[in-house]
Amino acid sequence: MWLPGWISVVCALLLTWRGLLLWQGSRPPPRALLLVITLALAVGVRIEFGHFFGKDPGVALLALLLGLKLLETQAARDIRAGVLLCLFLQLAIFFEDQSLPVAALALCGTLLALGALIALVDPAARLGAQLRGAASLLAQGLPFMLALFLLFPRIQGPLWGLPADAFSARTGLSDTMTPGSISALGTSPAIAFRVRFEGTPPAQNQRYWRGPVLTAYDGRTWRARPARESDTPFYTPSGARIDYALTLEPHNQRWLLALDYPGEAQPKARYSHDFLALSPRPVQTRTRFTLSAYPSTPTGLAEDAATLAAATRLPPGSNPRSAALAAELAAGTRSHAETLARVIAHLRATPLRYTLQPPLLGSHPADDFLFETQSGFCEHFASAFVVLMRAAGVPARVVTGYQGGEINPVDGYLVVRQSDAHAWAEVWLAGRGWVRVDPTALAAPERIDDGMASALAADSALPLLLRADMRWLRDLRHQWEAVSNAWNQHVLGYNPERQRELLERLGLSGRGIAALVALLAAAVLAIFLALFAWATWRRRPRDPLQKAWARFCRKLGRAGLARARWEGPADYGNRIAAALPDQAQALREICATYARLRYGPPCAASALRALNKRIDGIRLQ
Amino acid sequence: MPMAGTAALRAAADRWLFRVTGPEAAPIRLVQRRIFVLPTGAGIGFACVLLVMLIASINYNLSLGHALVFLLAGSAAASMLHAFRNLFGLAIRPGRCAPVFCGDTVNFQVLVANPHARRRPALRLSALGQSVTFEAAAGDETAVGLPCPSMRRGWLTMGRSVIETRWPLGLIQAWSVFVPDVRCLVFPAPEPDPPALPTGGDGAREARARKGEGDDDFAGLRAHRTADSPRHVAWKVLARGGPMLTKQYAGAEGRELVLDWDALDPGLDTESRLSRLCAWVLQAEARGLRYALALPGMRSPCATGSAHRDRCLERLALFAHAGDAA
Repeated sequence: MWLPGWISVVCALLLTWRGLLLWQGSRPPPRALLLVITLALAVGVRIEFGHFFGKDPGVALLALLLGLKLLETQAARDIRAGVLLCLFLQLAIFFEDQSLPVAALALCGTLLALGALIALVDPAARLGAQLRGAASLLAQGLPFMLALFLLFPRIQGPLWGLPADAFSARTGLSDTMTPGSISALGTSPAIAFRVRFEGTPPAQNQRYWRGPVLTAYDGRTWRARPARESDTPFYTPSGARIDYALTLEPHNQRWLLALDYPGEAQPKARYSHDFLALSPRPVQTRTRFTLSAYPSTPTGLAEDAATLAAATRLPPGSNPRSAALAAELAAGTRSHAETLARVIAHLRATPLRYTLQPPLLGSHPADDFLFETQSGFCEHFASAFVVLMRAAGVPARVVTGYQGGEINPVDGYLVVRQSDAHAWAEVWLAGRGWVRVDPTALAAPERIDDGMASALAADSALPLLLRADMRWLRDLRHQWEAVSNAWNQHVLGYNPERQRELLERLGLSGRGIAALVALLAAAVLAIFLALFAWATWRRRPRDPLQKAWARFCRKLGRAGLARARWEGPADYGNRIAAALPDQAQALREICATYARLRYGPPCAASALRALNKRIDGIRLQ
Repeated sequence: MPMAGTAALRAAADRWLFRVTGPEAAPIRLVQRRIFVLPTGAGIGFACVLLVMLIASINYNLSLGHALVFLLAGSAAASMLHAFRNLFGLAIRPGRCAPVFCGDTVNFQVLVANPHARRRPALRLSALGQSVTFEAAAGDETAVGLPCPSMRRGWLTMGRSVIETRWPLGLIQAWSVFVPDVRCLVFPAPEPDPPALPTGGDGAREARARKGEGDDDFAGLRAHRTADSPRHVAWKVLARGGPMLTKQYAGAEGRELVLDWDALDPGLDTESRLSRLCAWVLQAEARGLRYALALPGMRSPCATGSAHRDRCLERLALFAHAGDAA
């Protein structure tokens, strides 16, 4: 799945070859042939990746080696080596995916690996017994695992420079935008980040998660300009404050997608001149940030001239009809605010349609959108609006990011997906600074208020899970995502900081590694002692025949006919038969059967069952 | 010198750690202080692999990688107790051990009782450089035979023995050292192609007997004595419901064969003499003759039968082994 196609095919072929050999019971191929194949495959890997060092070529080599190793497997040693290679490969899967299903798969793989080791040592046992043995080992390994997982002193990786390919191929926002170049918006349900609010979550139409700000425009494509950074925001946070924790999926970019406008951040973030919160390094692992937002903070009151100039620049000659329209709308206005109001009023009056499958646009995308196709999604709206504003002389820019998100009713987390990606606009007004305007809301206010599903006509082809009528499916997904989130937060997100928090909760803060090691040693010792008690606990073999006889004697004992210690089965039988004449025959037969089974040849299971049945048949008032 | 060093170390370990002294009284119970646990070579390899996996997990911040490594390490640690438990509570008693001729294979037998309700798989018994793999069924006693080549006549003791197991994963080895009271008598190897039985000083009498009645002619029946060879029992009579009788042969009757050490060729060394005497004892017994064995300093009565044969062979086996005779 994560390997180049040809390597998967070769692995499958090697496994099939091995299976055929097993099936036909023939001898493994000669060493020389295997050596040639190995060299050829190594050269193939080299050509594919260009080098041997790093995660991907390593995993590919490992998979191929395992296939080859299995081919020459004969001795117990080879099998052990194969099992160890399998465990390595298991670890390699975690590079790509650490979700719950993969964890379950890994558990099954580990069970089989231990089962294989047991089968090597004890080939006489049945397969079921071998697997049971493996399961009991795993079950007893679990407490050790828990103790080690929680208390083993965690070190934040990497220990050395990671190979360049460690975090390739992540999806997410990009820092360019070309409206009209794609005819269908990806509606990927992949999760971008999760948020837990301290208090009441802000309303859906207030949840703007800020991503790259696109200012430079060449007539078709919007690009981000390099922005200055600082350790403190370029504004003074004021007004109402929203506290939240944001768990960001790795996207290999620096932006944190904070709610407008970020104040404090933990761990420390940097702030860009266009009001983004940035991580010092690209986010390559799922990371949790504690953030606060001040939505009503005035920003950019004293914006510098260069930024404003860049925010009014349009390539000459592009989108002439839009420019003409803007000039017409701006004529006679006394302020930028008035121009803005007119543009908004005009757009509202234009029959623009929100769709995820807009027609492609020509060389003047804003013109085509506003006057010809009149249908598009957020990129088209934002782009056309900013073009209009700039043409009217008002500084404006496109802001990308995510909008909205869905609260999971199961665990209360707000989940923001890739399909919530959005683009809106910012306009600079003297005295008010940068003001957010969402042109999409003009044509399709439901998109902003209720999410994408309600903004589209009912017959649009939406992914199954985004559709409103698939209620139960959504509920199921909520449940599943809550579980995954708990898994991410508590298991995958367990790191040195969480470990420190755990120590603090145990009242051992500030003692560091020594406390951890001492706790770990105590826990491991306790588990060992418990297991030792289990190992030395002696279970006497319960003889089923003896059990049946004891049951019979107890039953009669309750009727006042307990067996004396010195009484043999025959004597006892005679005595109770005399005491209970109506069942004399049955009682005597039971005693005789017991004596025969006890002192005769080893008793068969069927005879024992028959005896038990007869004992059950005895009725004593 | 290193060889001597390890040998000395081993002897010290036997003395102080395993407390190996003489043969131990049966049954030898494997209690916890007798059972020792250490990783095997495969176990050390496994630990190295886990270490590499742990470093990879730290480097790439793989939480599940940590979990996998810890789970495997925990299972390996638990397997230590499984290995211990696989030996714990076993009781070892010496078994029967039939005498053999030197050069044949001794089959040392010990009885391993498993009083617990689970089978003990993959056990290995080793002594004298030999080993055998077996398993002990639940709540049962298993007879384990350890085949050992015999090198010299006399008593061969099983001595320092080790019972070990690598179950369940082969990563951990649990073992216990014990000295069962098992020994096997090794007779001298019979000379492969011995000269004819001696006639010696009593030759004249024997010759007369031989002339008159011929060899092995049936001469009659007499009451059975315990020492009589089963070969000479009149089974047909017994089968008809008659008493247990022994067939007598005329050829055997008059013969008083003395197998005398001193009458042997003086050029032979001790072991060759013993081999020849051994072969003669077997031959004389096979032919149903009455014979006596004369060794320096002792002389057995003249008799026949398997018990007599075994006594003679034992004398030969222990000849000049004063220390072993006890």
